[in-house]
Amino acid sequence: MVEHSRFRTVTAHAILWIGIAIVAFPVYMAFIGSTHEASVIANGQMPLTPGPLFVENYYRTIFIGSSGSTREPVSTMLLNSLVMALSIACGKIAISIISAYAIVYFRFPFRMTAFWIIFVTLMLPVEVRIYPTYKIAADLHLLDSYAGLALPLIASATATLLFRQFFMTVPDELVEASRIDGAGPFRFFKDTLLPLSRTNMAALFVILFIYGWNQYLWPLLITTRDDMQTIVIGIRKMITTADALTEWQIVMATAMLAMLPPVAVVVVMQRLFVRGLVETEK
Amino acid sequence: MAGVTISGVRKVYAGGIEAVKGIDLDVPDGAFCVLVGPSGCGKSTLLRLVAGLETLSAGDISIGGRLVNDREPAERDIAMVFQNYALYPHMSVYDNLAYGLRNRKTPKDEIDKRVREAARMLEISDYLTRKPRELSGGQRQRVAMGRAIVRRPQVFLFDEPLSNLDAKLRVSMRVEIRRLQRSLATTAIYVTHDQLEAMTLADLLVVMNGGRIEQIGAPLDVYRRPQTTFVAAFIGAPAMNLMAASPSEAERFGGAATIGVRPEHLAFAAAGTAPPDGGLAFQLTVAAVERLGPESLVYGHDGMGRDLVVRRSGEDDPPIGAQIALVAEREHLHRFDAAGERLPV
Repeated sequence: MVEHSRFRTVTAHAILWIGIAIVAFPVYMAFIGSTHEASVIANGQMPLTPGPLFVENYYRTIFIGSSGSTREPVSTMLLNSLVMALSIACGKIAISIISAYAIVYFRFPFRMTAFWIIFVTLMLPVEVRIYPTYKIAADLHLLDSYAGLALPLIASATATLLFRQFFMTVPDELVEASRIDGAGPFRFFKDTLLPLSRTNMAALFVILFIYGWNQYLWPLLITTRDDMQTIVIGIRKMITTADALTEWQIVMATAMLAMLPPVAVVVVMQRLFVRGLVETEK
Repeated sequence: MAGVTISGVRKVYAGGIEAVKGIDLDVPDGAFCVLVGPSGCGKSTLLRLVAGLETLSAGDISIGGRLVNDREPAERDIAMVFQNYALYPHMSVYDNLAYGLRNRKTPKDEIDKRVREAARMLEISDYLTRKPRELSGGQRQRVAMGRAIVRRPQVFLFDEPLSNLDAKLRVSMRVEIRRLQRSLATTAIYVTHDQLEAMTLADLLVVMNGGRIEQIGAPLDVYRRPQTTFVAAFIGAPAMNLMAASPSEAERFGGAATIGVRPEHLAFAAAGTAPPDGGLAFQLTVAAVERLGPESLVYGHDGMGRDLVVRRSGEDDPPIGAQIALVAEREHLHRFDAAGERLPV
């Protein structure tokens, strides 16, 4: 039995607030840093209150960029990251829902072999197959392109498995009812399976968007041109400046901006996300 | 409107299990045919073969004189009601009903007309915009029926449609299904394991066991003249009393190995009553009495230790342990040979 004594409630809330503070403090510091002059941070006198340069710093970050290493405004990087994360998330969902449909609903030769081959790729993330993947991307002239950024990351065993598990819980009678109602495989997929997978797709989208947004190693290899770099790469490049002062206020503003889209995705899709994970609509 | 002809149909599954072992059945146009049998007797498989959801291993199925062996379910002009209803959970009731028609490119106003008509017949007009999960079990059942009706198929197929409903609803839906089928005059094949449902619904009762047909006939004929001990035991509740014949009884009843008598055909008599001409007399030791209200079931065993059930109007129930004389008239006795086949009188 959970007793709702006052002491317990207060303790629980206190612990939660401490946790929130620990997580939120660095973010707050980054925000503070993004509103001051570069020299303030460089001096090591990090203030705890916002500075006067909020508008100016963010304007410079978004439309001009740092004066040193990256030479690109952050808006370009944001766009690149957005295109990459969206392509990866949408591409993965599209590919895996189709392959899961094939594996669950069709009896074709080597069906289980196909399934296991997909399964095995779980053990081969990009980091493991980096050289061959790079070679193929280079041979296909995908360097410095959106296709090159997204395509090699799209094939996904996890999403296929998730959809497979979900499809297997859909009652067989629904397929049979569709057949009797004159719906062929494509109709059944479009009219029944896709709408039923809506919450699963939303949950996956959240996870995959963040996965795509946070990609580091692959974009680092595949992009060389400044106008193709993603925001995650951009931040790193801004920090390592050879002979100049690191423009910390720009770095911090970029970090804040880099955080916004994933946060927005989570906030907007939170309800669907939770439903997709806990509830099955059948 | 059309009849269904099933000839020499067999179904062998990949594992070598033979679910349907050669079935011939002719369902006339407009008839309500009920397939009844214990679970695993192949009745559902047979229905799915007619629907085209399973492929035939051998034999032919014709619907309305048209051979449909290799036709897709959608091309067979049938509609099926599933045990778990199989409604599309993301579609409204209206869309559930309309889906099959839309796939057939039926004109929009025609779809609307048919959906509303079916909804009116089934009294679900008020729920057309709801989703299936917002409906009760009985309402879902009605939607499932509606989905079959709007298609105006040649044959309705029912796969245990009432087994997920509570007892009261089951009775009212049973009556409703019969009424609908009569008014639409559409051939129906209905699968159930409930012999009461089978008796009350059927024009044509088909009792199945182990992948074969045990008996085909009008419900009352099957009840009155079961052709095998299996049918005798399966149709009727409580089941017919089936007794191993004693040597003297076997001699009197033309070499019968088993003698059957329905619980309602055993009559109480004064002690020491001689058996009626060609009939039987028993001495019953009462072991238990079930009082159902309008009637009572008296359980006990006779002098040879054979268990018997007697059905009688529940006015004066005998006490447990009492000795009671029972008689059964000759015309109420059923005789079966050692293989379980009915012997001619």
